[in-house]
Amino acid sequence: MAEIKKVPGDEKGELFLFALSTCIWCRKTKAFLDEKNLAYSYVFMDELDGKDREEMRAKLKDWNPDCSYPTLVINNSKCVVGFDTDAILKELK
Amino acid sequence: MPKTAEENLFEKLKTDAARGGYNLNPDDEFTMALVEGLVKNESRYGYQACPCRLASGNRAEDLDIICPCDYRDPDLDQYDACFCGLYVSPKIIKGEKKLKSIPDRRPADNAKDSSSADFTTDGKKLPYPVWRCKVCGYLCARDEPPATCPICKVDKDRFERFI
Repeated sequence: MAEIKKVPGDEKGELFLFALSTCIWCRKTKAFLDEKNLAYSYVFMDELDGKDREEMRAKLKDWNPDCSYPTLVINNSKCVVGFDTDAILKELK
Repeated sequence: MPKTAEENLFEKLKTDAARGGYNLNPDDEFTMALVEGLVKNESRYGYQACPCRLASGNRAEDLDIICPCDYRDPDLDQYDACFCGLYVSPKIIKGEKKLKSIPDRRPADNAKDSSSADFTTDGKKLPYPVWRCKVCGYLCARDEPPATCPICKVDKDRFERFI
């Protein structure tokens, strides 16, 4: 099973972040979610190997065919690609 | 006190960028975070894969995303920064433009081969136009000339289309 980490906070919706441990824009997105005290889950794709990585990447591909990072899936219905705080706030309304 | 691998790489990148007519992001904290990513990737893959893209760990597959990546210059031309924001244009340094997250121009899987040949020489098709620095004669084959000639440091507008 891929390691999914949970960050506690206010439950404003279901937030799932596909990220890389080394990516600055992923770091900024996480910092923004932390600053807003939002509950979210995330996975560092670069820390996954083999099958775990393939499975997660297949999931990401459904949301973002380019498989770029960060990709934030909101309420299992919308996704925000890249570090875009305005788009995140808009989708959370 | 001896310098860390990160500090050494940071200095090297700064020097190389200045020498080649590029600019590292002047936000040292931001840039250092990316340098740490490069050092981490160097130690786990053996090469400095882009910190903001997922490397496969197979060098042949990752060649296009070894920093500086194949996409840096087109991104500098179009967005004034590379995908990570490690390299930025003078516009961003001067504050005329704000650095932001940009779309990834790396083609998705299976779409990597772009053999569109639009430029011809002696009847041979070329995948890129060739630009010539009118000052020093430096030639390069790419979509646009570089912002600064890497050899003699003159500006982009001193280039002419050669082929």
